[in-house]
Amino acid sequence: MLLLPALAILVAALGYPLYRQAVMSFQEYGLAQQFGQPAEWVGLDNYVTLVTDSYLWTVILRSIVFCFANAAITMVIGVALAVLMTVIGRGPRLILQIGLLLAWAMPHLASLTVWQWLFDSQYGVINWLLVNLGFDRFAGHSWLIDQLSFFVVATVIVVWMSVPFVAFAVYAGLTQVPGELYEAAEIDGASAWARFRAVTVPLVKPVLLIVMLLQIIWDLKVFTQIFVLQDAGGITAQTNLIGTYIYRLGLGEGEFGLAAAASWFVLLLTVVLSLYYVRVLVREEEL
Amino acid sequence: MSTRTRTRQRAFGALAVVIALIWMFPVYWMLNSSFLPYNRIRAAEPSFLPLNGTLSAYGRVFDSNFFDTLRISAMVTGITVVAALLFAFLAALALSRFRFKGRRSFILAVLIIQMIPAEGLFISQFKLLEGWQLLNSVIGLSLLYIAAVVPFTIWMLRGFVNGVPRDLEEAALVDGCSRLQAFFRITFPLLAPGLVASGVYAFLQAWNEFTLSLVIMTRPENMTLPLWLRSFTEANRVSDWAGIMAGSVLVAVPVMIFFLLVQHRMTSGLVSGAVKG
Repeated sequence: MLLLPALAILVAALGYPLYRQAVMSFQEYGLAQQFGQPAEWVGLDNYVTLVTDSYLWTVILRSIVFCFANAAITMVIGVALAVLMTVIGRGPRLILQIGLLLAWAMPHLASLTVWQWLFDSQYGVINWLLVNLGFDRFAGHSWLIDQLSFFVVATVIVVWMSVPFVAFAVYAGLTQVPGELYEAAEIDGASAWARFRAVTVPLVKPVLLIVMLLQIIWDLKVFTQIFVLQDAGGITAQTNLIGTYIYRLGLGEGEFGLAAAASWFVLLLTVVLSLYYVRVLVREEEL
Repeated sequence: MSTRTRTRQRAFGALAVVIALIWMFPVYWMLNSSFLPYNRIRAAEPSFLPLNGTLSAYGRVFDSNFFDTLRISAMVTGITVVAALLFAFLAALALSRFRFKGRRSFILAVLIIQMIPAEGLFISQFKLLEGWQLLNSVIGLSLLYIAAVVPFTIWMLRGFVNGVPRDLEEAALVDGCSRLQAFFRITFPLLAPGLVASGVYAFLQAWNEFTLSLVIMTRPENMTLPLWLRSFTEANRVSDWAGIMAGSVLVAVPVMIFFLLVQHRMTSGLVSGAVKG
């Protein structure tokens, strides 16, 4: 059977861990168990510990705020750039597309490294620029030490990385709107804004929905950016999002049972969000 | 076009160019800094052009264990690409050419699995590989990567297989080709672009992945390139940003070229349902 290899590897590398994780989340599974002690069943204890721990809720809330802020900023800039691409000449459009593509093509780790250098407190070009613009307090300013400015840096990086996808996807959607529709609306006396609202928005709405959903799903599981920035000088407890929290709980402190239970939160949250995405896709696509 | 709209178009064009320059600045800055000698990297005024630059930073990168990690990354990526393509190709063929029970739910499962975040699973994947003695092994990491890229690869290839008209295959059968011949003479050549695109997708995913390799490859001698870049940065943060930028260039530039080749197909694959209209 042709499906078998794909199925086998999915079950082995995703299905079984999922099951294993479910089991582990009901067990007392810490460092002692890691070294061979049998794991003890503790029922819902892990979940109770987590739910009653206010830190988990802080982290979840922080992740959600971070996710929506990033997704919103990314969408606004991305859509604006897509619309901009439709009104400018070929030359500038090509330049804009190249600029966005370069950012998109950068491997995450490389971009994170470059951004750390840009934001470097002593020799970073951003501090240099700010000082030269007259903001003297940015001389030697350390961006990652303070919670709020840590997340500002993280947002700048995430938005910089994510906007190109949004801009290109929405632009692709916009170019599929037939020109005659605009002409007809113009003849009927519709203003530019009215044309945009009545013709463009309904026609690209499916693309916007999908892109926004993907953005939310991706921004909810931001891990690499936060992890690397924490290494570079952020205060871990103040800056953990769900992903880094689980990592530090499980592999850092050896609390595998707790971490497995926390993982289920992420999974459920993501699956709920993605079910909607899947439904939209299924409706559009003939299966 | 009236003069007014033309000036407006010019103004927007200028705005677009400014935005483009801002957006590509980090990439430029990476290249620029990698060519600067020590004293100019740490000057009070940054150098915006690498005039009279030096390649010594690249030498410092090559002196570290860059090539060992390059080898590990190449192996993991190679295994992932080949296996993922093969498995996904077979599955895509089955899904688009045959009707069978469970077909619809398999497609749905593929879509949902694609959304599962690595962050929700790495704890138990770590335990799994630990149990199989596959921690710190190329095979273990590749196994997880294959599972991670196969769903999207299936989804993408299915689109391509659907695009090959069945009539063509049937015509070949009527003309006396065997089923296998029809496949290799007609279908396979038409699918080649799809295979290339999916292969590059798998390549990019495996080459750039960070989270899982961080969890699985715990020993320094088994680092993949992204892990290497991180530890190289940590080690040289205070003293050698030129070296760090040279490392970033080496990690980034080859991948960026690949990415630019397939970017279009990946975007349309992701939003295919919506854009088709």
